[in-house]
Amino acid sequence: MTSNLIVYLIAIPLLSSAVLLLSGRKANKWGHLLGTLASASSFGVGAYLFTQMLAQPTEERAMTQKLFSWINVGSFNVDASLLLDQLSICFVLLITGVGTLIHIYSISYMSHDLDRRRFFAYLNLFIAAMLLLVLGDSYLNLYVGWEGVGLASYLLIGFWNQKPTYATAAKKAFVMNRVGDLGLSLAIMIAFASMGTVSFAGIEEAAPKASTTTLTAIGIMLLIAAAGKSAQFPLQAWLGDAMAGPTPVSALIHAATMVTAGVYLITRSNFIFDAAPTAQLLVVIVGAITLLFGAIVGTAKDDIKKALAASTMSQIGYMILAAGLGPVGYAFAIMHLLTHGFFKAGMFLGAGSVMHGMNDEVNMRKYGALRKFMPITFITFGLGYLAIIGVPPFAGFYSKDMIIETALNAGGIKGILLGSAALFGAGLTAFYMTRVMILTFTGTKRWDDEAHPHESPILMWLPMAILAIGSVLSGFLFTRGDALVHWLEPVVAPHEHGEHSELLPPIVVSGLALTIVLIGISIAVMMYVRRPVADVAPENVSALTKIVRQDLLQDVANEAIFMRPGQALTKSLVTIDEKVIDGAVHGVGAMAIGSGSELRKTQTGYVRSYSALILVGAAAIVLGIWVITQ
Amino acid sequence: MTALLPLIGAILLATLPKGAELRAKQLAFGATLVTAASAIAMAVQFQRDNTDLQFVEVRSWIPSFGINYAVGIDGIALVLILMSVILAPIVILAGWNEAQGGRWSVKTFYILILVLETMMIGVFSATDVFLFYVIFEAMLVPVYFLIGGYGTGERSAAAVKFLLYSLFGGLLMLASIIALYVMSGDQGGHTFDLAKLANLEMSSTTQNFLFLGFFIAFAIKAPLWPFHTWLPDAAQSATPGTSVLLLGVLDKVGTFGMIRYCLTLFPEASKTFTPVIIVLAVISIIYGAILAIGQKDLKRLIAFTSISHFGFITMGIFAMTSQSQSGATLYMFNHGFSTAALFIVGGWMIARRGSSTIADFGGLQRVTPVMAWCFFLAGMSSLALPGLSSFVSEFLVLVGTYTRYPVAAIIATVGIILAALYILIPVQRALHGPTTPGNENLADLNLREKFAIAPVLAAIIALGFYPAPLLNVINPAAVHVNSQLGFTDPVPTVEGK
Amino acid sequence: MNSANYLYLSALLFTIGAVGVVIRRNAIVVFMCVELMLNAANLSFVTFSRINGNLDGQIVAFFTMVVAACEVVVGLAIIVTIYRSRRSASVDDANLLKR
Repeated sequence: MTSNLIVYLIAIPLLSSAVLLLSGRKANKWGHLLGTLASASSFGVGAYLFTQMLAQPTEERAMTQKLFSWINVGSFNVDASLLLDQLSICFVLLITGVGTLIHIYSISYMSHDLDRRRFFAYLNLFIAAMLLLVLGDSYLNLYVGWEGVGLASYLLIGFWNQKPTYATAAKKAFVMNRVGDLGLSLAIMIAFASMGTVSFAGIEEAAPKASTTTLTAIGIMLLIAAAGKSAQFPLQAWLGDAMAGPTPVSALIHAATMVTAGVYLITRSNFIFDAAPTAQLLVVIVGAITLLFGAIVGTAKDDIKKALAASTMSQIGYMILAAGLGPVGYAFAIMHLLTHGFFKAGMFLGAGSVMHGMNDEVNMRKYGALRKFMPITFITFGLGYLAIIGVPPFAGFYSKDMIIETALNAGGIKGILLGSAALFGAGLTAFYMTRVMILTFTGTKRWDDEAHPHESPILMWLPMAILAIGSVLSGFLFTRGDALVHWLEPVVAPHEHGEHSELLPPIVVSGLALTIVLIGISIAVMMYVRRPVADVAPENVSALTKIVRQDLLQDVANEAIFMRPGQALTKSLVTIDEKVIDGAVHGVGAMAIGSGSELRKTQTGYVRSYSALILVGAAAIVLGIWVITQ
Repeated sequence: MTALLPLIGAILLATLPKGAELRAKQLAFGATLVTAASAIAMAVQFQRDNTDLQFVEVRSWIPSFGINYAVGIDGIALVLILMSVILAPIVILAGWNEAQGGRWSVKTFYILILVLETMMIGVFSATDVFLFYVIFEAMLVPVYFLIGGYGTGERSAAAVKFLLYSLFGGLLMLASIIALYVMSGDQGGHTFDLAKLANLEMSSTTQNFLFLGFFIAFAIKAPLWPFHTWLPDAAQSATPGTSVLLLGVLDKVGTFGMIRYCLTLFPEASKTFTPVIIVLAVISIIYGAILAIGQKDLKRLIAFTSISHFGFITMGIFAMTSQSQSGATLYMFNHGFSTAALFIVGGWMIARRGSSTIADFGGLQRVTPVMAWCFFLAGMSSLALPGLSSFVSEFLVLVGTYTRYPVAAIIATVGIILAALYILIPVQRALHGPTTPGNENLADLNLREKFAIAPVLAAIIALGFYPAPLLNVINPAAVHVNSQLGFTDPVPTVEGK
Repeated sequence: MNSANYLYLSALLFTIGAVGVVIRRNAIVVFMCVELMLNAANLSFVTFSRINGNLDGQIVAFFTMVVAACEVVVGLAIIVTIYRSRRSASVDDANLLKR
């Protein structure tokens, strides 16, 4: 089926962004309204297309739209065309839906910022790029969106770039994302060189005929790309710093949508990963490491946004893990992605609401007892909290449980290891999220007298409330009759039932998970309710805690392995260029000048020495001729 | 032909009285505009599926040596001529006041620019090897005076360095050309005609030596590592407008020459040297990028990014697949525009601040938002952000190279990470952060400057989304070049759809 | 008489002239030594003319004399000018060409 409407999904926010950027200060009065309207219209188009899809039989739901022939050189033909199928519509609705809510939230949140118009322009740019990412029908089209969201993320992280650390955070995010982009570029090149095409459909068709080595190489490159964009190990270091951006940005880009692009990429490339077991194994390893890494880092964060960022990293680890488990896991990865989109965005907005009431203070040790002052924020945040730790019947319970279960059933020692990692991660999640709740909303007040905590205006709490409803209901809706699993089946190749043996029955897994979650909560309660909370982080802590506080030394490692040697290399090359290469060139020049000035000394200006030279020369010539002719 | 229009402008300019600076500028701008219009009219008439040379014109010049004024263009030359004639009026408009403070009059500056433009068109369209050589060398003269007379800092030293480097390369080329001429005499009559010389029979040793003569000249011009050290000095000392013409157009003569002369005249030697050249190109890409990261001076930084970009172009030319070859020509065009944008906006920044050291800037985004945005966009184009024109060309070069030389392509791809660093570091230092003292009152772009930069940025964005108009012109020519050498694209191992 | 003796004389005169040019400082003396060398050459020409039995050498000798006369005019003029400007006829004082 073709549809002419798909392009409007992207075009509306893109156009709005261009208008906002070009029209300058004139647009300050209505810029935020236009931005929100653009995002909402895009959501409207998406919802309409969704209803159209629902009206079609399953196999005819995918829609395409060819815009124009983009790059056409020899056998390298890439059209600018869009593909809206069951997988992309999930993302379209998430991006535009959550996106619109966050636009609304930002109207109020950013109302005091002089550059609010520019903020909305960037947000719209992001929406457009993200939609292009999920709607492109080839890897190259996806790549445009892929870097587009990276650019929007860069601009938004550095939105307050007059502060040098924020500007550095933005740069760090962009550069680490570029490492991921390197993977995507190479994946496209390998795919083209071996299969002669870069479109999803073309590669899906050719993949079964390609060698496993090729597919593994493509798979690993795609994994690098996913790791860069989704802040997975070892490219995770930028996400914590990215919290420098305004909080709505963290909610939209660094929680709900952009950072999940890696999960999209792997799910979209299921035809490659399913045929490349080695790459798949690496995917689950990366996912498992990251889910533990993020959770551990989250336990020691005092900055509320960074704690949530660590949590995001960990939750995406779950998704990547699920996606790496093959056909059984894709749907669960997407399900967790969607539910996570609701509850994490809601919690970030809640954190923004708290900061809004607390003079932009982010240190949770300066919070406490905010429950009484911000009841709505407390309730919405609390619902998100229950969802993320996986309490039934909240959304996270369904999606995370499925992932844990699938991981346990992956078979053999791999299943046990992955399952345990996922279970342990769930316990850690319960611990650090409970910690966040306790430090922020309960206990005694620890803030200064300047802060006057108050509930946020309706424009801010309404989106939070809607997202909270989503985090309550979405899991139940997605799993009712395996709705999402069946919906996605045409895209991610349905898995055959009963091919794997179940290690543990589902009910036991759920019980186990809940027990571990309860243990996590209890430890947090013991540590932070029973004992008073210091309003500065205690210094006399174990070495382990210190390491965790430094994000498990991720920055130290990056600096030692890449930055310092890189800087040294740069410096030495600059010197070599000046001294050796340019030096050689100058050396030739100096030699010419030097020999000239040496020879010049023979020019004494004395007529007699000249004439003597002439005489000697003439004699030499005569002698030479004589010698030769003899 | 179009080539003569700017020359007429230059002659008219020369007749102007001494004080009429404004008139001189207007006249020069008008002449370049007319030239651009005429070139675009020519482009419209160009038959893009015809791989023969078009708009051919042959006049006898020095008959006793068989030297002709012979011109004609194919798709590759057309694209480069278009780039040159579009950039020329933009350069004049953007650098409206940059000729002030030079050693000679404003009028002379514009005469030199117009003469240079004539030669640029001539050098891309010449089909007589001798004519090409003469213009190739004669172009040094206006550039030498533009750098040495109107530049800043150690302008004389930079100009001399540029001249000596280029002359050295030119002499090697001259030796090769004379050898070709002599050989043509033994094989059916002395000639300098490119098409006839291409069919000469020669031993592989001779071919290798003659190839090197041409290649070194072009590698110096391009510039390729390790023949690059003149470029940063020249770019640092020249005015921004001169730098645009120097890096944006003049250096393309090197890469254009590689396609038109090295590949056409010495197909066997080209194949022999390809591995070496690919290695040099990859070194240029990485080396230029790392050195760009290490620069403290804005102009030098841009020069080093260009060295990296020229590495990509050279790699694309010698990988000899249709993607890489088309990509290389498209890259030349796009690099012209993105470098022009960087130099023009960078030049404005430097002129306002009175310093080209990156550390002297800071927080410009607050003070001069429009200028900061233009610089940012130009930078994004330089790091080949998808959606902007340079991405299309860079990706084509990479993907085309990968199909034949995967290792080279993989190493070159690392360049995209370095590109992010070399653009974002100056962006952060110059545009972000707190406003450094002395920058609080810098003026944002005025209307003239906005008009000058708008077409460049518009082209960068538009061609990123829709490169087809250029690619359709380049493709047949690029395929023709490869097929002359007997190269066909590697076939994918698996037949996809 | 053996013609070779003329040639020996010519070589001797030439050597005396050459040595004089190299070692003497006074411009007039140097100048006269140059004349001496020219006349030594003339002597050789005339001798060869006689040996070979044709007049070519004598014609060249006449040419040389004319050239020598011109040289005397120009050379003396220069010497006089130098003497006027620096009150010395020493060739070592006229070393402005140095550097």
